[in-house]
Order: sequence, then C-alpha cells, then structure tokens
Amino acid sequence: MKRSTTAKGYLLNTVVLAVAFIAFLALQNVMGKSGGFKLILAPCLWQCCYLIVLAASLNLVLGFLGQLSLGHCGFMAIGAYTAALLSLACERAGLYDDKSSPVFILILFGCILLAGILAALVGLLVGIPALRLKGDYLAIITLGFGMIIVNIINNLPFCGQDGLAQGSASASLYKNGLGFGTSSKVTFLWFALLVTLICLTMMFMFIRSKYGRAIKAIRDDEIAASASGINTSFYKVFTFAYSAFFAGVAGALYACANATLSTSSFAFANGGILNSTFVVVMVVLGGMGSLTGSGAAAVIMFFVNYQIKNGTWVALLPAAVQSIFAYPMLVYAIILIIVIMFRPKGIFGTYEFSLINLSRDIKLHHTRKAGEKAERKGVETHA
Amino acid sequence: MPETKTPVLETRKLGITFGGLKAVQDFNIQIYQGELMGLIGPNGAGKTTVFNMLTGVYVPTEGTVILNGVPLNGRKTHQFVEAGVARTFQNIRLFKEMSVIDNVKAAFTKDVKYNMLDATFRTPNFWKAEREMTKKALELLTIFHLEDKAELLSANLPYGQQRKLEIARALATNMKVLLLDEPAAGMNPTETAELLECINTIRDRFGIAILLIEHDMSLVMNVCERILVIDYGQTIAAGLPEEIAQNPKVIAAYLGE
Amino acid sequence: MSTFIQTLIVGLRLGSIYALIALGYTMVYGIIRLINFAHGDFIMVGGYTMIFTIPLILAAGLPAWLSVIFAIAVCALVGMGTELIAYRPVRKKGTGMTALITAIAMSLFLENLAQAIPAIGPNPKVASQIFSAGGISIAGVTMEWATVLTIVVGAAVMVVLYQFTQRTRIGRAMRCVSEDKEAATLMGINVNRTIVLTFAIGSGLSAIAALMYMAQYPKVYTTMGTLLGLKAFVAAVLGGIGIIPGAMPGGLVIGLVESFTTSYVSSSMADTFVFLILIVVLILKPAGILGKNVGEKV
Repeated sequence: MKRSTTAKGYLLNTVVLAVAFIAFLALQNVMGKSGGFKLILAPCLWQCCYLIVLAASLNLVLGFLGQLSLGHCGFMAIGAYTAALLSLACERAGLYDDKSSPVFILILFGCILLAGILAALVGLLVGIPALRLKGDYLAIITLGFGMIIVNIINNLPFCGQDGLAQGSASASLYKNGLGFGTSSKVTFLWFALLVTLICLTMMFMFIRSKYGRAIKAIRDDEIAASASGINTSFYKVFTFAYSAFFAGVAGALYACANATLSTSSFAFANGGILNSTFVVVMVVLGGMGSLTGSGAAAVIMFFVNYQIKNGTWVALLPAAVQSIFAYPMLVYAIILIIVIMFRPKGIFGTYEFSLINLSRDIKLHHTRKAGEKAERKGVETHA
Repeated sequence: MPETKTPVLETRKLGITFGGLKAVQDFNIQIYQGELMGLIGPNGAGKTTVFNMLTGVYVPTEGTVILNGVPLNGRKTHQFVEAGVARTFQNIRLFKEMSVIDNVKAAFTKDVKYNMLDATFRTPNFWKAEREMTKKALELLTIFHLEDKAELLSANLPYGQQRKLEIARALATNMKVLLLDEPAAGMNPTETAELLECINTIRDRFGIAILLIEHDMSLVMNVCERILVIDYGQTIAAGLPEEIAQNPKVIAAYLGE
Repeated sequence: MSTFIQTLIVGLRLGSIYALIALGYTMVYGIIRLINFAHGDFIMVGGYTMIFTIPLILAAGLPAWLSVIFAIAVCALVGMGTELIAYRPVRKKGTGMTALITAIAMSLFLENLAQAIPAIGPNPKVASQIFSAGGISIAGVTMEWATVLTIVVGAAVMVVLYQFTQRTRIGRAMRCVSEDKEAATLMGINVNRTIVLTFAIGSGLSAIAALMYMAQYPKVYTTMGTLLGLKAFVAAVLGGIGIIPGAMPGGLVIGLVESFTTSYVSSSMADTFVFLILIVVLILKPAGILGKNVGEKV
C-alpha cells in the first residue's frame, strides 16, 4: 500500500485545518471571557506557538541538513527586537490609533515579516562559515555567533530602556510596540496560530521538494551530493538563512507576548526557554528530521517548563529534589542525555504525520512492532 | 568504436603532486562518445586519484581536463557534473537515510526547473516538474530492476543492488561521460554478468562514454573497447584489450618481476 | 610603558592557564575526535574540590597547594566517569552529531548539578591565598610568584606530556589510537583503556589548571568553566588541535590577545576578539599553527 503524497492529501489537510480553526475561533468566543482562559490558556498557547516555530526552524538545519547550529538564540533575538522596535516606531509615528484598528494588523504582519527577513540576512552571514566547517567546529562558531549577535544588540543604544531615539544601551527594552496585554493576547491568538500554521506549512513545503531532498543528501554524504550535481554551498547557506527567517518570526511572536525584552533571555544556555540549548533539546526530543516531532516536542517541553516553574506539586517534593527544579537547565540536560543515549532518533525519528496516511501508518507500525517482537522471540529460541 | 574526431573527455598532461609525492603524472586520455574504456592498474596506482581529478574533487597541480573542448580546471565538483561528468565511488556512497527513489531524485536536483515560490505555493509548475522527475527516476530504476524497491530505505538494499543504485543515481545527472569506480567490487559472477548487461544497455540507450576502473579482468576484457594501464601514477600501456593482455610491462606490473 | 609590561604579564599568565586547559582538550580531541565540551567544567569541579580541601590541608599544617592532589583525583574520576557513562555508549552506536550533543549535554549537566547542590550552590566561593604574595620586579612592575609559577608549570607540564606521548608505551599507544583506532586494535592496543586513560590525564590536567587559575583569581563559581573552556578551545585549535606542543603557543596567543584587547580596547570586546580569531583560523588554516591539513579520503 503506497504512501499517498498527492494533492488529495493536501486537500484533506486544508479542509481539516480550516474546520479546526473555525471550531477554535468559535470555542474561543465562548470561553474567551473566562479568567482561566485569559490568564492561563492564552499566554500558554502563545508560548507554544513560538516554541513550535522555533523547534521546527532549527530542525531544518539540525535534522535535515545535519549541521549542529548552536547560535539560534541570536536569530530569535534579532526577530524579537526588530519586531518590537519597528512596531514601536510605527506607534510613535502615529500610524495607528489603537490595537483594534485594521491598520494595526497590517503593521503587525509587516513587523513579523521584516523581523524574519532581517534574521534571515544575518543567517546568511552565519551560513557562510558553515561552508568550510564541519561538525564540532561549526557548532562552536555558531555558538560564538549567537553570543556576538546578542552582545551587539545589548550594546545598541536604541535597543534599551525606552527604545529608539529615547533608548540607551545595556538595558532591557521596556517600551515594546507589540507586547500584548492579557486581553490583547486573547484577541490576537488567532494571529499567532495562523502564523504558526503558515510557518509550519512553508517549512513542510520546503522539505517535501527538491530543496529538502538536496539538503538531506548533503546531510547523508556531502561528497556524494556534490558528485550528484548538487550545489552544496548554495543549499547550505540557503537553509541557514531560511531557518533563521523562521527563528526571527518566532522571536517576533515572542515580542508580541512579552512587554519587556531583555538580551539576557537570549543565550546559549540560561535557565529560560529562549536559549539555543532549549531549542536543541526540543529538536532532539522530537526527532531530528521530523517537523511533526519538533511540534510535538515543543508542546511537551513547554509543558515540562511550565510544570517546573508553576507546578503546585513541586512544593510537595523533598527539598533535595526540589532544588533540581530550581535549575530547569539541569532538567533539560538530563532529558537531553536520556534521549541521546536511549533513543537518539527522538520520539518521531523521521516520521511525518499525515492525515490521509494515518490509518495506514498506524497499521504498518503495529505490523512492524509485531514483526520485531516475533523476531526477538525467534532469536531467543534459536540462540 | 571511436567515431567522432573530437573526444568527449580529454586530459592533457594531467598530474597531481601531494607534498613531495607525484601521485599521478602526465596522464593523457581521450574518450570518444559512445566508447567504453577501461582504466586498470595495480592497487595504489592512482586510478581513483585520476577519477578525483576528472570530477573536481582534487585540483590537479598540472595539466588540464577538457570536456567537449571546454577546459574544466578549477571548477567545483558540482560544476563538473553540470558540465557532464558523473561518477560512482569505490566505497559506495549512497544517501543512506533516504529512500531508493529519493537517491535518484536527489541527482535530478540541478535539472529540476522550479524555484522556492513554486515549491512553497505548490504551483502547477511544481507538480509537473515533480511528476516528470518521478517518471524519469522510475525509468532509471527499471533499467536496474530496482523499481519495486523504490520506497525502501537505500541502506536496506543488498550490496549488489546498492552498487546498481549508485550507477542509476549517476545516470540521473544526465552526464555525457560516466566514470565507474570498481562497479563490480564485491560481486559474484552472476551479479557481475548482470552488471555487464546493464552497462551495455546504458551505453546503447544513452549513447554516453564510459570510463571504468576495474580489477575484475573478465569484465574489463569483455566489455572495454580500449584500455589504459597505469602504475605508480604513470601510464605504462594503452590500446586494445588483446594488446594489453600480452604487454610485458603490464604483466610485470601486476605480477611483479 | 608599565601598562604595556603589566598587560604583557597578564597576557602570559592568562595564556599559560589557557595552555594548560588546552592541553587537556587537545589530548582528548586527538584521541576520539570529539570536542569535550565538559572539559571546562572539569576545571570547575577541580576548583570546588580545592575550596573544600584547602581548609583541611591547612589544618594539617601543609601548604595550601597540596590540595591539588585531591583535585586531580576527583577531576580524573569525573573525566573517566564521563567517558565511560556518556561518551563511550554514544560513540558505539551513535554518529558524530549525537556524540557532540552528548558532550554539550554533559557540560550543562555538570554545571547545573553544581548549581543545584546546595553545598556548592549558585553563589561563588572565594578561596584563601594559595601561594605567597609578592613576586619579581620587571621594569617597575611586579610579577607575582603565582604568575611566574603558572608560566613555569604550564611549560613544564607540556614538556612532560610531550615526552610522555613520545617515549612511553602508553603515550605511544595514545598516539596510535588517535591516528587509526582499528589499526591500533590490531596491534594489540586496548583502545578503550587507552581512551579512558587519556581522559584521566586530560581531566587531571584541568585540576592543575584550576589550581593556577585560583591562585590568581580566587573566586570560584559554577559557570566559570564555560568561558574558560571555550577560550581554551580556541587556543587548542589555534595551536593545532590534537597536537600537544601546539597548546602552549595557542594558549599564549589567546591570553595575550585577551589581555591587550582588555587594556587597549575594551573588556567587553575581548571575548568577541577571541572568537574572531577562531573564525579566522578555521577559515584560513583549520589545522592550526602546528597542524597539517588532512583531507577526507574519497
């Protein structure tokens, strides 16, 4: 039974997604007034949205191109600050009156797009050393780039305090043109979901095309890829830039959800969720080479992070164990170690979820598991 | 038989020196369209080094590589492929995490005419190009009797079929000259005979020139029209199979004096 | 002029510390082709060990620096443990990518574990003075004994290590394994044991580096290893990764660059400059000062 990848599948997906979206909007209309939704669920959904885009974007480089890039925080930061400052500029220039006007939506869209583009341009720069370097060295260089980018932002006067002309360097940005409050977060939730969907779709289209095949070939054997006529330099740099674009978009979504921006949030490995390592954990957990996995892992890690920070059950733990949860990075490091050592493929391996193939995939999975079990039994009786 | 006067692939005084070691010296070859030529020599003679120079993996320190009259020196590997030289590898280099058909499709990348916009918005242009590519890929796989294995992971193919897949992938680049590096290595006589048949089919069907490195003498003598022998990086004999088989220098190189 | 001499001395001091750390990096990389991200954190382990053992040593009436013996032991154990528990299993069934990710994970694990353990805790601890104060005078600037010792120890360790790898059987075994694992096995070398030993030595070295570091920068904190390790890695690459004699020139260059940038440009740019060096080296001559380019066999 061949796996269907045709237009029929796309049609099914589009219909289901449209229905789900409308259902969600209807539900939100009903639930949106409740405090629980406003205060807890909406912010959580926002966070899930940008984490999903973040994880999927890194997977392009890490899972599909096969390069370890540890500087993702830099692109996020660029995206966040660009979106925040651009919208601030629009606000100060009086381009819109309040957040409910249709002009604002246009501006919002524009800011996010530009945030992504700027991040992509920087991604190009980072991709160029990637042409000459492999594995370990590339990882360190990207780490360095991430550090340098954030350091530069920190030293820019218009990125701190009140921002732009009224700004000063080395300070958190308190005036954010986006930074939605609790009610705005609810009203614009559809936007976050839509952007996430669009990003995921774009990345999926990229993977299921000659581009995806080319970079997977480069990942598997770069010399053979060259020998097959693939311009490895082009595809490497392009993928870095494309991945950076989405990281920038994710950063912009973050700027929407947070009124204050601080460069200390973007690092290689601080205790928060915007650091390069957290993204790596998400990608590895979900499966390097599966966008579905990245999405799932993002939600899982969000949940883990949420429980660590806010879980009421943490207070019930013995003090020694509790101190572990005071350092979320420790938990993430442990998760990473466990996944890498016991299931390096991650949850989904290279599997991509597909509605139209769902029943077939489930059946195949069961047959394969049963086959493996029988094989093991057979080996044991023969041995 | 060489029919055209201008060779498809030609080298003039091609050579490369690593450190102080002259790995290949004064290598001159002319391959004509539709010709099946063999490059033989004892282990370490420099045959793969020659291949690497002919495909841009190594940059020669002397001499030129000329394809259809155009010198190719200094270009990158993928540009060599775009010009029309494709190769297989001594140790099979497949894209292990990709399916059989994707391995072949990957080699079509340079010829597939759609851009990011087409891909992102799934325009009719995209679908048409993908459909054509799938069709061509399946055709190539069918030549090697691999079409029913198209969706399998390439790493799961048995060895002999992996070798064939590598050749199919090279063919996908639409090359004018195909360089095969020990295609029969590790094959039993049945598989070798099958391979021979495939090589002849390819040559007849696509009208390309083929240069073969091989140790299996039966394959070389049976299928090659001309043979070039190198030892220690230098050409020691060139000519028809019958001549080569009786050439004392060749015999000495292989058996030792 | 005195600023220049002062900067020079600081550079040499920093450089020798980086060289000591780089030696460990380079040894391990040479043998398993993996950047041990956790190496910098071994220094942190060594530092904290000494924080806890110096009071005991002093109480026994012995000089403070003898606590380095404990540190070497602990660091070696931690290093061997990391290799046995984390790196070896992943090396066996994983790819280069998974090995690298494991190394990063181990580094983060060590750092954050240290932060989480209350006795060690997130706040920095200060060590008492290890070497006597005072020093030699050069052109009106005092070069502390600690600095002199650091440079001397750094050079001495490097010489000893180099002789060790050249002259002793174990040292030769290490070089064999780093060249070709399979051939080494065929020669009867126990590859796994050699690797563990290399880790032990490399990590033990980081304890000595910790001692020299603490002698001049008595503050110890859980994240001290990260930046130190990163810069020492740049030093190792600069000198030629996998090449022991390269660690010294590499370390000294990085130390001097950092010192002079801090003095004459600004301290916040120092790290950026060091990274820029890395980028330039990796693009122009990835094999480093003393290295040879070895391409991939096709």
